[in-house]
Amino acid sequence: MTIGSDLLVLLPELILAVGAMAALLIGAVWGDKSTKFLSGLVVVLMAVATYFALTAPDATAFHGAFVADGFARFAKALILMSAALCTLMAQAFFEDEGRVRFELPVLIALSTVGMLLMVSAANFIALYLGMELQSLALYVLASFNRDSARSTEAGLKYFVLGALSSGMLLYGISLIYGFTGTVDFAGVAASVKASGVGIGLIFGLVFLIAGLAFKISAVPFHMWAPDVYEGAPTPIVAFFTTAAKVAAFALFIRAILIPFPDAIHQWQQVIIAVSVLSMALGAVAAIGQENIKRLMAYSSIGHMGYGLLGLAAGTMLGVQSMLFYLAFYAVTNIGVFVCIQAMRRDGEAVETIADLAGLARTRPRMAFAMAALMLSLAGLPPLAGIFAKIYVFLAAVEAHLYIPAALGFLASAVAAYYYLRIVKVMYFDEPAKPFDREMGAGMGTILALSSLFTILFVFLPGPLVDAAGIAAKALFR
Amino acid sequence: MSFLMSHLLSIITFLPLLGALFIMATRGSEATVASTARWVAMIVTLIDFALSLLLWAKFDGSTAAFQFVEHAAWLGHGISYHMGVDGISMLFIVLTGGLMPFCILASWKSIQTRVGEYMIAFLVLETLMMGVFAALDLFLFYVFFEGGLIPMFLIIGVWGGKRRVYASFKFFLYTLLGSLFMLLAVLAMYFYAHTSDIDTILATVHFPPLMQGFLWFGFFASFAVKLPMWPVHTWLPDAHVEAPTAGSVILAAILLKMGGYGFLRFSLPMFASASATFAPLIFVLSIMAIVYTSFVALAQQDVKKLIAYSSVAHMGFVTMGLFTLTQMGLDGGIFQMLSHGVVSGALFLSVGVIYDRMHTREISAYGGLVNRMPVYAACFMVFALANVGLPGTGGFVGEFLTLLGAFHINTWVAIFAATGVILSACYMLYLYWRVIFGELVKPTLMTIKDLSPREFALLAPLAVIAILMGVYPKPVFDVTSVSVAHLIAEHNAAVAYDQSPSPERGGSKFARQISGRGRNADPFRLTALRLAASPLQGEEKSGGAP
Repeated sequence: MTIGSDLLVLLPELILAVGAMAALLIGAVWGDKSTKFLSGLVVVLMAVATYFALTAPDATAFHGAFVADGFARFAKALILMSAALCTLMAQAFFEDEGRVRFELPVLIALSTVGMLLMVSAANFIALYLGMELQSLALYVLASFNRDSARSTEAGLKYFVLGALSSGMLLYGISLIYGFTGTVDFAGVAASVKASGVGIGLIFGLVFLIAGLAFKISAVPFHMWAPDVYEGAPTPIVAFFTTAAKVAAFALFIRAILIPFPDAIHQWQQVIIAVSVLSMALGAVAAIGQENIKRLMAYSSIGHMGYGLLGLAAGTMLGVQSMLFYLAFYAVTNIGVFVCIQAMRRDGEAVETIADLAGLARTRPRMAFAMAALMLSLAGLPPLAGIFAKIYVFLAAVEAHLYIPAALGFLASAVAAYYYLRIVKVMYFDEPAKPFDREMGAGMGTILALSSLFTILFVFLPGPLVDAAGIAAKALFR
Repeated sequence: MSFLMSHLLSIITFLPLLGALFIMATRGSEATVASTARWVAMIVTLIDFALSLLLWAKFDGSTAAFQFVEHAAWLGHGISYHMGVDGISMLFIVLTGGLMPFCILASWKSIQTRVGEYMIAFLVLETLMMGVFAALDLFLFYVFFEGGLIPMFLIIGVWGGKRRVYASFKFFLYTLLGSLFMLLAVLAMYFYAHTSDIDTILATVHFPPLMQGFLWFGFFASFAVKLPMWPVHTWLPDAHVEAPTAGSVILAAILLKMGGYGFLRFSLPMFASASATFAPLIFVLSIMAIVYTSFVALAQQDVKKLIAYSSVAHMGFVTMGLFTLTQMGLDGGIFQMLSHGVVSGALFLSVGVIYDRMHTREISAYGGLVNRMPVYAACFMVFALANVGLPGTGGFVGEFLTLLGAFHINTWVAIFAATGVILSACYMLYLYWRVIFGELVKPTLMTIKDLSPREFALLAPLAVIAILMGVYPKPVFDVTSVSVAHLIAEHNAAVAYDQSPSPERGGSKFARQISGRGRNADPFRLTALRLAASPLQGEEKSGGAP
């Protein structure tokens, strides 16, 4: 293995990392007026990186620290797609706000590099490297509205709690290393197979799960999400809920299933508990929310619970269902946040649910798309969401997790209420003052694509489900 | 023509959706969009009705097999797009197709706001309702069954009355919770049978008795809410009262029938032993529905609420008839659903006629209408008497047969249920008396006008059908009887199979399978084979990575 062939494995990450640094230089020279160009550059680089990520052959690099396989390909494509769309959204958003800064596309690109490293990580050091690169960029992005107290508060909260969770994660990793003598996922698996699961390793495993659960904002490590989502700029929240969630989730899957397949009885109960609690809290706590971004935060917590149900199954079908769930969730959320971003009245962004009143009459197309996305999140056929749920529940039932599945059904019936409430506000209520203007062509296209995927998925479900199946196979060889 | 015939069911199902897309694409002023939407909806539903009549004409009533079958790949893993009809589902398609033009016509004048969206909602709803009755795959059925909630939610919530928000949420959440239990049962069935194909499951798969119990309750939760059965019926009066006229018609005439159809398609044949075990429960709930809600109906002050409660009572006859598992009971149950579909739809249309004039549903606001509206009074009388179940109307045939069926099984059930016939006469005649007869004293009613030609076109055909069904019910039984007989035979065989100590006894599919001459192998061995083949992993047919 030469260094050259190692670097080739990391080609998508390298393209984006080098591009981000070049963008940083350009920005430092040209200043904020170059932001539009830099955003475009980053999006193009992401597209190029997607191409290389998709065409990369199966390989490992740096003595097995990084791996390119079907699973990574699927996750990377999803991350890069979401990140590119979020970059476009952010550009549009900050132009409206009149606060364009050239660091924005650079930070998104760097954070994306971290995410790509996360999903390719095959040992705990690489995992930590990727995760920190991602997180540090995200902390800054959360407080990107420097002048806003809420945004700064969001960034600070995210940073403090994020650092705490990184500490827990590292502590878990050190315990795992101490009791197995290796940081390689495969090495840990071999060690567990050979000498069983000791109490020390269980401690390490629990800390690891706690750290990872924080990143995907699963209960009981969810406290930061509503505050951060409320305070951070809307397109950045979209980035949090799509690309960052996909990366953290993919990492979660790999860091649990590859090193600990023989400790399934130990981690399965933890994951089930986290999953059921997340579904329940996501369903109940969102009911009283007035701010739509807070509502989406609780919705996100709930959806992570459904995803974890697939992981709890610990089977190939489980992984397939989770990947499919992530894809559905990312596509839907992009659309929802495009809508939220378009909620501007008198030059100010408005964020309460009541602001959507009568949208069906003032902006019928936006209301239609938003309603489809909301009902899809609620899990109503024939929209895409129910199929994602069906697959997750299929995996759970296959693994005989009947009671968690039944609780999940109950939670989704409760959760349906608050998604419906948004539809009700848009369709049944008397119109409020219309929003400033129709969304631009770019944002409109993103919203249209997102809602068309949601509506038309029922007619052609095969390709995405099969792609998720192929990706899941990579973890079970 | 051959394309039409080989895809007839899909065309019937998705034609309204095309109409909805057409309306969506219409641009222009509000008035032009509204009139285009009305005409497009009318034409599309009429064509759909004609196609459903063609389906009836081409239907072969001498076999219990599924006809007009269509297959296509869908979700993979044994989940496919599979459509088809047999004698049980066939007439529900005709009922749906037949009532939709009436709904559109009833909304012609009374809906003046957001007409385009209204018609879109109705057309989408028609697609979903047709799909429910034609789907032969569990997941496909679920998609259609549950998807209908969205348009109905909007119809009640946007075009409904004062408490529309409350009613629409109640309707939605009640039904959703019930259906989710059904989805859980569907998943469990899928893992047991390793297919979600209804035809295959009916023909080859036999669920173990304990599992049947759980599955039965999963489906029961959904269908009991949908039907609705006592005590989960409380969403229905609210939804009916708040919905616009056409929404009430669809709700009473077709959406409720999905529950009964579900019992026929799933509970009775697939969970035979569980159905036999829990039949007493159903009888008790049916009698409660018949007697209790009839008394409640008697006390109502609101016309629509009264008819809504009477619907619950009449659905009680349906469930009672279905779970007698006799030829008479099932034939009667299906007939009762069809005739109630026509009659309750017509009753709501009749209420809509006077509501459009007076904008109140209070019974006390009316009285003596016969003096100024003789034609209306005549039409309303036909429907009221059909709802009572007077011999010579459609209502009689269904109720009488279900009572006969119940009498065979349990005399007490029949006796209690028969009081419902008397009670329905009480509340319907009492209603008719208060609204139509008496002196015309209310000053607001002095200028009320009789039926316009449009309204006459709305009510007269339904009155004719209601009487025709009572006088000559044979065409209906020609379609249903063979399928019903087959269902009962399969049911009895399955129950006998579960009760027999050795698997050698029992009839039909079990005997076939054991002697090895059947078209399918032993269900248990089949399941084991499928398990070994493990069909749930992603197939590598698409080749490339994501």
